[in-house]
Amino acid sequence: MHLQEFWFIAVAALFLGFFVLEGFDFGVGMLMEWVGRRSADAAGGTVDSHRRAVLNSIGPVWDGNEVWLITAAGAMFAAFPNWYATVFSGLYLPLLVILLSMIARVVAIEWRGKIDDPRWRTWCDIGIAAGSWLPALLWGVVFAALVRGLPVGPDKNVVGLTVADVLNPYTLLGGAATCSLFLFHGAVFLALKTGGTVRADAVKFAKVLSIPAIVVVGGFGLWTQRDYGKPWTAAVLAVAVLALLVAAVAVARDREGWAFLSTTVVVASLVILIFGSLYPNLVPSTIDPAYSITVANGSSTPYTLKVMSWAAGIVSPVVLAYQAWTYWIFRKRIFAESIPPSIGLSPRRVS
Amino acid sequence: MDVVDVSRWQFGITTVYHFIFVPLTIGLAPMVAVMQTLWVVTGNPHWYRMTRFFGKIFLINFAIGVATGIVQEFQFGMNWSEYSRFVGDVFGAPLAMEGLVAFFLESTFIGLWIFGWKRIPKLAHLASIWLVALGVNFSAFFIIAANSFMQHPVGARFNPVTGRAELESFVALFSNNTAVAAFWHAVAASFLTAGTFVAAVSAWWMVRSKGLPDARAMFRPATILGSWFALVAAVAIFITGDVQGKLMFHQQPMKMAAAESLCHTELNPKFSILTVGTHNNCDGITRVIEVPYVLPFLAEGRFSDVTLEGVEDLQESYQEKFGPGWYVPNLFVTYWSFRAMIGFMAIPMLFALTALWLTRRGRVPDRKWLSRFAVWTIPTPFLASAAGWVFTEMGRQPWIVAPNPDGDQLIRLTVREGVTPHGAEVVWVSLIGFTLAYAALAVVWSYLLRRYVVNGPQDHDSEPVTPTPPDDADVAPLSFAY
Repeated sequence: MHLQEFWFIAVAALFLGFFVLEGFDFGVGMLMEWVGRRSADAAGGTVDSHRRAVLNSIGPVWDGNEVWLITAAGAMFAAFPNWYATVFSGLYLPLLVILLSMIARVVAIEWRGKIDDPRWRTWCDIGIAAGSWLPALLWGVVFAALVRGLPVGPDKNVVGLTVADVLNPYTLLGGAATCSLFLFHGAVFLALKTGGTVRADAVKFAKVLSIPAIVVVGGFGLWTQRDYGKPWTAAVLAVAVLALLVAAVAVARDREGWAFLSTTVVVASLVILIFGSLYPNLVPSTIDPAYSITVANGSSTPYTLKVMSWAAGIVSPVVLAYQAWTYWIFRKRIFAESIPPSIGLSPRRVS
Repeated sequence: MDVVDVSRWQFGITTVYHFIFVPLTIGLAPMVAVMQTLWVVTGNPHWYRMTRFFGKIFLINFAIGVATGIVQEFQFGMNWSEYSRFVGDVFGAPLAMEGLVAFFLESTFIGLWIFGWKRIPKLAHLASIWLVALGVNFSAFFIIAANSFMQHPVGARFNPVTGRAELESFVALFSNNTAVAAFWHAVAASFLTAGTFVAAVSAWWMVRSKGLPDARAMFRPATILGSWFALVAAVAIFITGDVQGKLMFHQQPMKMAAAESLCHTELNPKFSILTVGTHNNCDGITRVIEVPYVLPFLAEGRFSDVTLEGVEDLQESYQEKFGPGWYVPNLFVTYWSFRAMIGFMAIPMLFALTALWLTRRGRVPDRKWLSRFAVWTIPTPFLASAAGWVFTEMGRQPWIVAPNPDGDQLIRLTVREGVTPHGAEVVWVSLIGFTLAYAALAVVWSYLLRRYVVNGPQDHDSEPVTPTPPDDADVAPLSFAY
């Protein structure tokens, strides 16, 4: 195998890690409002302690999960500068919205508990919701647009991009697919990580959300396979659909561990389907296939790829080990009842 | 403004903004780690309270640094795609390694530190804040190694077939003398920022707690700790700055000539303290106050027999080398940002010396002017850092990759050549979007910081926690949890 193929797989693996891990973070962020409210109604507790139970389920890990994206972008830059440059400049406006919403999410999560005030929390909850819904939707749009191809010109830049290149039935279905999948994945994660009424409510949500996930992800997968897939990606699609069904059955039978394993397989399969359909292109050109950016013409030199391979080979096992260890440390379920009172400061000084 | 100007404004605004939070994070992480270590080693609960107090402020600041950092990772591709294609083979590697080595480390262990107070053993918890401190400093190294390739490209050669710079030696890239000097300079500046912050906030509280036991037992030691950090950092800034200056006189003579408004090549030129100009060019400049001997020493370590090239002579020789063009950076900005950097860093140094003098031999100062001095000192190291970056980046103009006089002359790119050929209106949208969002966040950040500083250490942080094994039935109340 060439180093170029290896790095194509490595970038795919980084995005796979990002979507598996941050996928449930987005899902939890999207569900926070609903699950918090309904679970509090059922238990008779305060809505806020239930929302906080939801948020704390991803508390210790979401920041580390987000780094998968940063590293994926960095790896694209290092291994395939032309891929990085064309995609990031070509899909400028969707990426801008993703950036602004993810900024809102980071500060909203971190600052939410710092001030003990209902209006403050409402603003933060809006930030968390926007910062979860928009990226969950737009990442699907971005990757579907990439698989479909962009108007890449002879100088490798995107020229004359129209709205229809980014927003069309296929890419919108892609957005709906990641959005519905992350909702399902997040609900299952929440069912696995919480207890009491929060868990019960998350299970209910997961049961309902399994249906749109099967329909939309299945539909997007079939469309991708029909128009852009390779023979071997059909097997990946089959695994995705099978895992979706297993997840739905597992949720129905209250087997959250199996359900989470299955939704993880679904997210992973979807990413493999997307990258598998893309290969050997990195950005297919809709103007002329000769202008397409490919693994061969988009990559860095063998020397750079070799240096990067050594760095990744040495560091990645350590990173994986300590990330896994944090998940192990915080493996306990979280109950809304054991969320302590807010220790945030009052908005103004009380003398 | 054309797309180059709008893109430059956007990069300038987002980067200077990001670097408000970064130096405080880089410096405060090790300081909080030192405080926690002092608590673990001595068992003194005052250090526990200081760890919690500054720890919360650290986290408020860390969040916004992370949030604005994602933009940096995307922006090279979004707005500087031609630059990314030209240098990607070299420049991408340190960025990817920064993610892999530094960002994973800091963001995973920050989670452990925030949520682990009652979950993991005391020493493991202490280790996690030290790993965060290590992570943030690693990240400084990688990003400055990348930036130094723009200042002084080494370890690469130009490939005429692909039309780009290609990496020849990663050892040369990471041991770039500019990178080593700039890394220590930036880290020292970050320690100055955080040391000043800790010293000033503690001194303010020391004055405020006049007559209370906390003033002597807690805020005085914290003031002294912060002041020593700031003072040692200030000395390191002078040394590393001097090394960097000497490199820069050789590597980017135009930047240094512009910094001095030195228009014509001179033997033993004088260091300018004040220059007034009317048209921001060589014709309209009047040098008002000058000091002899300083400039030759800054450039070559000698007091005489030093000839420095002037802006106009350099412009001529660059035109001969690189073709027709304007190779002079903005004189006003370069000259004044250089002086602002030095001027602003003198203030925290003076404050640290004052604080150490007033607290000598057991004294607990309680004079009001000290707390006022403290408050006014806090922003100055931030301003010095911002001025330093503005100087080094604006002074490099018109280059985005400045040619290395001893290296491959074909590795050079102007800012104009590096920009993404967007329509200007597209970049206007993002410039306005970022500016509005960042302005709103700055208001919230400064409100939170002020609120937490003025509130002081909280009562629920007065008792150190003991870790319990995770199998314990109850879920631990976590004072840092969301």
